[in-house]
Amino acid sequence: MSLERILGLFLRYTYVYRRSWIRVLEFVFWPVMDLLVWGYLTLFLSNAEKSFSSPFQFLIGAMILWDVLYRTQLGITVSFLEDVWSKNLINLLVTPITIQEFFIAIFLVGIFKSLLILGLLGCLAALFYHFHLTQIGFYLLPLIGNLFLMGSACGVLTIALLLRWGQAAESLAWAIPILFQPFAAVFYPLYVLPKWIQPLSFLVPATHVFEGLRGGLQGTYSYSHLFWATFLNCCYLCFSFFLFKRFFLSAREKGLLVKIGTQ
Amino acid sequence: MSNIAIEVKNLRKDFGKLVAIDQISFSIMESEIVGFLGANGAGKTTLIYLLLGLLTPSSGTIRIFGFCPLSARNEILSFSNFASGYISLPSNLTVRENLLVFARLYRVKEPELKIDFLLDLLEITHLQHKVTGFLSAGELTRVCLCKALLNDPKLLFLDEPTAGLDPSIAEKVCELLLEQRKKSGVTIIYTSHNMRDVERLCDRIIFMKSGKIITQGIPLEIVQEFKQRNLEELFIELTRK
Repeated sequence: MSLERILGLFLRYTYVYRRSWIRVLEFVFWPVMDLLVWGYLTLFLSNAEKSFSSPFQFLIGAMILWDVLYRTQLGITVSFLEDVWSKNLINLLVTPITIQEFFIAIFLVGIFKSLLILGLLGCLAALFYHFHLTQIGFYLLPLIGNLFLMGSACGVLTIALLLRWGQAAESLAWAIPILFQPFAAVFYPLYVLPKWIQPLSFLVPATHVFEGLRGGLQGTYSYSHLFWATFLNCCYLCFSFFLFKRFFLSAREKGLLVKIGTQ
Repeated sequence: MSNIAIEVKNLRKDFGKLVAIDQISFSIMESEIVGFLGANGAGKTTLIYLLLGLLTPSSGTIRIFGFCPLSARNEILSFSNFASGYISLPSNLTVRENLLVFARLYRVKEPELKIDFLLDLLEITHLQHKVTGFLSAGELTRVCLCKALLNDPKLLFLDEPTAGLDPSIAEKVCELLLEQRKKSGVTIIYTSHNMRDVERLCDRIIFMKSGKIITQGIPLEIVQEFKQRNLEELFIELTRK
């Protein structure tokens, strides 16, 4: 056994943290997000029986709808990353495909994947837990539509950040939606969060979707939540595309576009 | 009389303080095969990326069949194609699936027939159902060339396409490119460190060093001008100067 060889390998796995702030951030990001989500969920469950007849039904519904958002974003981002990983991005960039065509194609991939997951989870939840997502009726459709929109905005934002920071930012593909999760009141109502966080949470479209879902499951349909979710999603989609265009042009200027496509 | 395929005037590309392309000007005629030579870091690949519109020039102009690569990107890319020894194809798709995807991106008419024809031309029909990730370097190069010929390009950019290939496959690739030029009149921009391929293939060479053009002309004439025995010796002489 050689201590020097062990040290050599230890350095191999830790050198990268000296130069990549994204890696350092990732190191603490997941445990902190886990703590926040589980902490607020525990707070909610400890008092939930008083305000909700069946809080566990909300959890199943929230879990299924969260996956719609997450799978849409992941479907979009991983489609882009697959071409980076396989060194195929340059091949695509030298075809006459337009940016709009590219995004429509990967949006369809993201939505298709999340629809499959939604169907599968919906069936399994009905079979094992007698939970029927369809019990809230047509109100469910705009909620799901808004999750597609937010997933798409997160997907475009992630691709923009990948163009800016290259493969070092790869972990963002999985992290971006999770960043919003504790503040989007996914598994617990908005009132569980501290008062000072609540105005910020209102700026997250998913907050309105999940508040709407909980209302819907109790038989109250809030159209103001739908309005705010749609309005905010449209704003964030525009902002994501603006950022993408800016970083794309900058990557073409600085050579990062060909760098990410060939490394 | 041939038309000008590519016209470059006072082209410059800086990356911060690094000058990758330094005020170069040249023109390439239609159906010409022009080899860009130079040591690693001379600016050959940067130049190809500028011509393809993947990089923005710091100054100067580029015209490809009269179009600007940045403002008329789609027009240029629909009649040009690119293959490089340093980029690949999705490794989890089969050869045929990959070619079908690109045939759609280039809106090739009757894609199945075109793919059959090209697979036959490159003698890789037997590989069509093989997963791309399991191909050897030589096989992958031929598949990439197949992709590059899908849209019958008027202009073909080949960045070290024979890198890592054995001489017999490299020879085949050269033969195929000369055949394509004879048939379709394709203009080819070619970079390679294999001087034998360059001698065999190129009508003209442009020699680059530190982002500048240091000499250009017909390969044999340049070799004689610098009093060398062959292109390989000339390459060593010019890169060491």
